[in-house]
Amino acid sequence: MEHLSNEHIRPLSPNIHRPQLTSVRSIVNRITGVFLRACAVVLVVWLIAAASGREAYSRFHDCIASWPGQFFLLASTFAFFLHLCGGIRHLVWDTVRGFELRQIYISGWIVVATSVVLTLACWLASLLIARQV
Amino acid sequence: MVGYRFRSPLGLAMSLGSAKSGFGHWWTERVTAVALIPLGVWFAASLIAHSGSNYEAFIGWMGSPITAVLMILLLITLFWHIALGLQVAIEDYVHSGTKIWLLLITHFLCFALAVGGIVATLRIAIGVWTAT
Repeated sequence: MEHLSNEHIRPLSPNIHRPQLTSVRSIVNRITGVFLRACAVVLVVWLIAAASGREAYSRFHDCIASWPGQFFLLASTFAFFLHLCGGIRHLVWDTVRGFELRQIYISGWIVVATSVVLTLACWLASLLIARQV
Repeated sequence: MVGYRFRSPLGLAMSLGSAKSGFGHWWTERVTAVALIPLGVWFAASLIAHSGSNYEAFIGWMGSPITAVLMILLLITLFWHIALGLQVAIEDYVHSGTKIWLLLITHFLCFALAVGGIVATLRIAIGVWTAT
């Protein structure tokens, strides 16, 4: 038994398999969750900056308006929608629906496609509104 | 309680399902998730609507009682959901003695950030209310 336990290290989780939509979507919901936590910290910093006065607020605004800031905002938007749609998918699963393999692939692609479309729509709307102001 | 629907009668009777106290965690994560759907959509829509607007417009929006209430609800639900979600992630990946410290820091930080955000929101809102 000794040599078995040492030489045959068996796979412990499905993580070792080739990445598939199902496994990737699963870990993405956790990654976006952790990333959105960083966004939540930024949200609080934003509120505190606004409460501190005009100067602090404009300094925060300059950070967000910079290229890295805008990239962060774009990434947050996409992560927000991925997590939102992925979360709704999880809530549907909690009602014991949509567990057929075909349905799982369909809903997985719907989540990805919807998130892309909503992210683009939000940025387009935001740019149009900003231009009008 | 909702436990009657989702927990086994024996688990309820003995108050020890296979998940022990896990059911409450699982359920609260769902409740906060459901609450975050409208709150998150409201927040995203509000940000888009305020694209390119200046400090005064933003403070005026924050000063409306509805905004203040929704923002505080968002902060409470969001950080509650974050605390629950990060707890699971930490418990899944960290198995050493640092786990307990990470969990403590995560929960303390979530509380601190939620309270910080709420106080900031109230300060803006009260500032607007007393000014008018």
